[in-house]
Amino acid sequence: MGNSSSMLTQYDIEEVQEHSQRLFSQQEIVSLYQRFCQLDRNAKGFISADEFLSVPEFAMNPLSQRLLKMVDGLNFKDFVAFLSAFTAKASVQQKIKLIFKVYDSDDNGKVSFNDILEVLRDLSGSFISDKQREQVLTQLLKEAGYSKDSYLTLEDFVKVLSILFMFIIIVFILLFSA
Amino acid sequence: MSGSQEKLKPSSSELDLDRPNIEDYLPSGASIQEPHGKLRLSDVLDISPILTEAAGAIVDDSFTRCFKSNPPEPWNWNVYLFPLWCFGVVFRYLILFPARAIVLTIGWIIFLSCFIPVHFLLEGNDALRKKLERVLVELICSFFVASWTGVVKYHGPRPSMRPKQVFVANHTSMIDFIILEQMTAFAVIMQKHPGWVGLLQSTILESVGCIWFNRSEAKDREIVAKKLRDHSQGADNNPLLIFPEGTCVNNQYSVMFKKGAFELGCTVCPIAIKYNKIFVDAFWNSRKQSFTIHLLQLMTSWAVVCDVWYLEPQNLRPGETPIEFAERVRDIISVRAGLKKVPWDGYLKYSLPSPKHRERKQQSFAESVLRRLEEK
Repeated sequence: MGNSSSMLTQYDIEEVQEHSQRLFSQQEIVSLYQRFCQLDRNAKGFISADEFLSVPEFAMNPLSQRLLKMVDGLNFKDFVAFLSAFTAKASVQQKIKLIFKVYDSDDNGKVSFNDILEVLRDLSGSFISDKQREQVLTQLLKEAGYSKDSYLTLEDFVKVLSILFMFIIIVFILLFSA
Repeated sequence: MSGSQEKLKPSSSELDLDRPNIEDYLPSGASIQEPHGKLRLSDVLDISPILTEAAGAIVDDSFTRCFKSNPPEPWNWNVYLFPLWCFGVVFRYLILFPARAIVLTIGWIIFLSCFIPVHFLLEGNDALRKKLERVLVELICSFFVASWTGVVKYHGPRPSMRPKQVFVANHTSMIDFIILEQMTAFAVIMQKHPGWVGLLQSTILESVGCIWFNRSEAKDREIVAKKLRDHSQGADNNPLLIFPEGTCVNNQYSVMFKKGAFELGCTVCPIAIKYNKIFVDAFWNSRKQSFTIHLLQLMTSWAVVCDVWYLEPQNLRPGETPIEFAERVRDIISVRAGLKKVPWDGYLKYSLPSPKHRERKQQSFAESVLRRLEEK
């Protein structure tokens, strides 16, 4: 009765589930749909940039503009597919691929020194000088066996990041453990 | 007086038992593990905590939840309840609504036929005119409340007319004002609205003493602060009622109180208002409906049931800043009305957060990087 999950049929839910590699349960997809409808104020079928920015926690995030480019205008199916990388069940490969996509803003499959520098600038703002950022990055790349002119590919990212302890998505687990 | 001294606990329907209490798990700013050790390339490339925070905000955030309408649970789901519900709809729309509309019209006729003469004929005799207008405004508010079959239980001593005191309350809908006005004629500070509401504001409410503000004007705040101060010092002005949240919230959460009401050098008397959602959700979701539609929705439901608590007056304690005072009063009101507190400014509904929040995150990231650069 006025509940938006009545607009999603069982077929719809299964289609969305398939599209996101079955990383979400059907219950989670229904909850995500309610959230999608809540953010999409005039039922256009996608969430516009200013509707994302109306969530203050999102607007305050240093990487919000980059993420906005990736989620702006997505329909519900793609919205769920995007969020599936954040679930606990998603593979480490998938998470690293998302991180790579955030860095690779021109989408050419290579991340340059400047690409990384730009993300660092978003993250640290005016609290580190440009020169110091360059210095730090050059030194770190050298220690990892790369140079200032090297282009990092997805494989390089996997090599560097896969040893890392991945941040477990507590929010998702508890949000959907009904 | 009802024995309402027991601590009010939110009922299970308000606790959302099928979802955990998300406030307990939202990251409060810094990421959960503070990284340490020598800085490596992987630490710089790993943006997963920040991405996760952003994705978490997209999936659910405590701010949007404050403004979500929560209509009462549907109960008409089976063969014999559904016809009963249909009968109820017919009764509400075809019998109750016209009856209420008639009551309201009668009320307006009585009110206007008394108010207009009093207003113009007693122009010279200010004190008497004010007294009569006050009574008349209380009357029309009672008619309004009757037109939605308002069942309002007042707890606590009735507010007294003393200088240097202001009243603050949590805000759910413009009907908060009507419900409180029915008992005592308050002067109020409101956003100037367009349409018939604006007309009412500039004519009738003017007589009880009202202050207008305009959210969109930046300089407005100082002008309004001065008006507030002047009004509260005046001895025979009506007591001032302020809604420090600045916007309508859905009666399950409370957003941050603006400090304007708390730095006037007056006693602050908190009022807590809690609506019982069993018949209707009284939250005015100004994004979704105009006030007229909201009123019509109230007039076609069974009843508006609410509790109003007049709480103990509070003063600024020595060494307390107005912001701390505001938070303390918000605490008192939220506990009484069973509201969950969120640390957001209500005006974020209308504008983006200020860049200093983002800068705070950037600063902590920068400091962590620079610190670890020094470590061996």
